[in-house]
Amino acid sequence: MRILIKTGRVLDPGKTDLVADMLIIDGKIADIQPPGSQALSQSSVDTEIDATGCIVSPGLIDMHVHLREPGHEYKETIESGIQAAAAGGFTAICCMPNTSPVNDNAQITRYIVDKAASFNAVRVFPVGAISVGLEGAQMAEIGEMKSAGIVAVSDDGRPVVDSLLMRRAIEYAEGTGILVISHCEDPYLSDGAMNEGPFATRLGLSGIPNASESIMVMRDIALSELTGCRVHFAHVSTRESIEAIRAAKQKGIRVSAETAPHYFMLTDNAVAAYDTHAKMNPPLRSEKDRLAVCEALADGTIDVIATDHAPHAMLDKAVEFDLAANGIIGLETALPLALSLVQKGVISMEQLLFKMSANPAGIIGLKSTLDIGESADITIIDPDRVFTYKADSGRSKSRNTPFDGWEFKGCAICTMVNGRIVYRV
Amino acid sequence: MTWTKKDILDIESLSRDEITMLLETASGLKEISERSIKKVPTLRGKTIVLFFMEPSTRTRISFDIAAKRLSADSISISASTSSIVKGETLIDTARNIEAMRPDILVIRHSSAGAPHLIAKHLSVSVVNAGDGMHAHPTQALLDMLSVREVKKEISGLNVAIVGDIAHSRVARSNIIGFSRMGAHVTIAGPPTMIPAGIEALGTTVAASVDAAIENADVIMMLRIQKERQKRFLMPSEREYAVRYGLNKSRLACIRPDALIMHPGPINRGVEIAPEAADGPNSIILEQVTNGVALRMAVFYLLAGGVRNADSD
Ligand SMILES: [Zn+2]
Repeated sequence: MRILIKTGRVLDPGKTDLVADMLIIDGKIADIQPPGSQALSQSSVDTEIDATGCIVSPGLIDMHVHLREPGHEYKETIESGIQAAAAGGFTAICCMPNTSPVNDNAQITRYIVDKAASFNAVRVFPVGAISVGLEGAQMAEIGEMKSAGIVAVSDDGRPVVDSLLMRRAIEYAEGTGILVISHCEDPYLSDGAMNEGPFATRLGLSGIPNASESIMVMRDIALSELTGCRVHFAHVSTRESIEAIRAAKQKGIRVSAETAPHYFMLTDNAVAAYDTHAKMNPPLRSEKDRLAVCEALADGTIDVIATDHAPHAMLDKAVEFDLAANGIIGLETALPLALSLVQKGVISMEQLLFKMSANPAGIIGLKSTLDIGESADITIIDPDRVFTYKADSGRSKSRNTPFDGWEFKGCAICTMVNGRIVYRV
Repeated sequence: MTWTKKDILDIESLSRDEITMLLETASGLKEISERSIKKVPTLRGKTIVLFFMEPSTRTRISFDIAAKRLSADSISISASTSSIVKGETLIDTARNIEAMRPDILVIRHSSAGAPHLIAKHLSVSVVNAGDGMHAHPTQALLDMLSVREVKKEISGLNVAIVGDIAHSRVARSNIIGFSRMGAHVTIAGPPTMIPAGIEALGTTVAASVDAAIENADVIMMLRIQKERQKRFLMPSEREYAVRYGLNKSRLACIRPDALIMHPGPINRGVEIAPEAADGPNSIILEQVTNGVALRMAVFYLLAGGVRNADSD
């Protein structure tokens, strides 16, 4: 099987940036040559992709996805989730353990790994639970789950309230070669439905203050400093968390951080008339926080853009605001939303690719490369393609997004995993 | 001016003219309740459903009496008799009620925004009878009606609202309503009960209860809602009564013509002393009387009653 990607801007940030033809043979990147070069055009190919005006990038990686299988297949299955990922330009995703049953043991991990592999499409790397049943009481069998295929542990959806458990988890996980992802939230302070502030007060909804997040960020920075072990912060949303992470990094503490597109695109005024598509955890914050998130993306304090793709059926969302489920889908909108930051000059295209491929790869221990001889996990991005996003025509089983009907500029036009085309416009 | 709104969901969505129209209509209808035969045929053949997902006797009775005085058929559905307890969603329950063709659906619900959710999905007129901590528009309107009766003009008055502002839909609706009508609204209470950014609704936060009430034309005391209290808002009712209640010593410092109000039910000796609740400045019972007239006006305008019909 030979695929020729013609005249794309081959962009492996920090390493390669040139307009070239790329030849893929049997799943591997075989050659990269100047456009129209004799060496490539002479060889016969099975598929030719015209990438003129497009970026040929290492495959995008989303390190924060909820796939809902096993247990909540009416919201999303592994199959529908990886289809949505492929359409969004992702060649690899990490799925969070808050399924039913929880991915807190090797059997569940193996189930997810095997099921995902059976579709031979986007790579799925499960994240195991830190604690049994996400209950924050007893450490899960992190080593056994690692053998079965997890790349990280997290109690995502819930914080680890017990500071001793968190300390032991990051120590133990480090010894197993596993990353700990912290869902930073003080549950005592976060008993609310949206961001604390004038909008919540006007709507009569109880508020979740910024401090509910930054308190936990600061605690886990302290634990990382104490133990010397790595901690990764999920879905960072507040300026205080960002300041703490920035200071920690300057001190050499081994922390990394991600944010989600909604935190750099939207604020708490999106809740407006009790729109449950603007309900997530952490909640959409103030404009000051949104600007701080943009700044942190630009200066590198935030390493990763991840979706926190959280599918929910209408049944879970078309209810009273305080009873509605938290979260939105994001796999098919993350890249266009991130590209809007490039268009506004907030970050460069290289930074975008770092944050959506090389950085998450480095943090979890995956590959993100366009080197000759490596597996062809490639995303071809057309940065100029204008389209209207319709949630109804999305690949995800769920439709819970505040971006329905938005006009976007730029998206993935081809996603390739191990030289196999899993999505093409 | 003619009434054009389908629903009354909150004070925020009512213009100054609409509020005035509601108050004037209520003033006109009030006399019906003074007659020996307290009933006019205005809304004969109209059906009003009182859908109370949160327990409330007083407000429900007030709506019920208002409907009956206009000859509408009213029926009450409470949380325990509705299908919500059987797992039906709010929208489904509301759609089922609508399928029986009521003209007006009055809803009280513990979730902020629940009436808005229903109004979005249904074509029947929706009246919010209190949603979570968000809004209680008919209470604010009857409060404005009560003040206007005595003071003639709302514009220019100093209104003090004291107590648990954070958890009070009455406070939110009154802040917005009175400030929209031109009054200066000041709030006071323990800092734990003052929500973030409340100034944006059109009020200033006083440094103390004394500062809020000393020059007030209207003093509105809020009920300390024990049932909705979250933890740690105050040390004790005893301390609250001393530091934030309208007690005897504070009563001595208010303006002689100040009106004392309370949305009820009152906790005697906690947020309000008996001397204040029962004294000459109190219009607390007048508020209750006006509640019926105001709710009659709401039904009258929403059901498109003919103005002549009520003067039989
Ligand atoms: Zn999380």
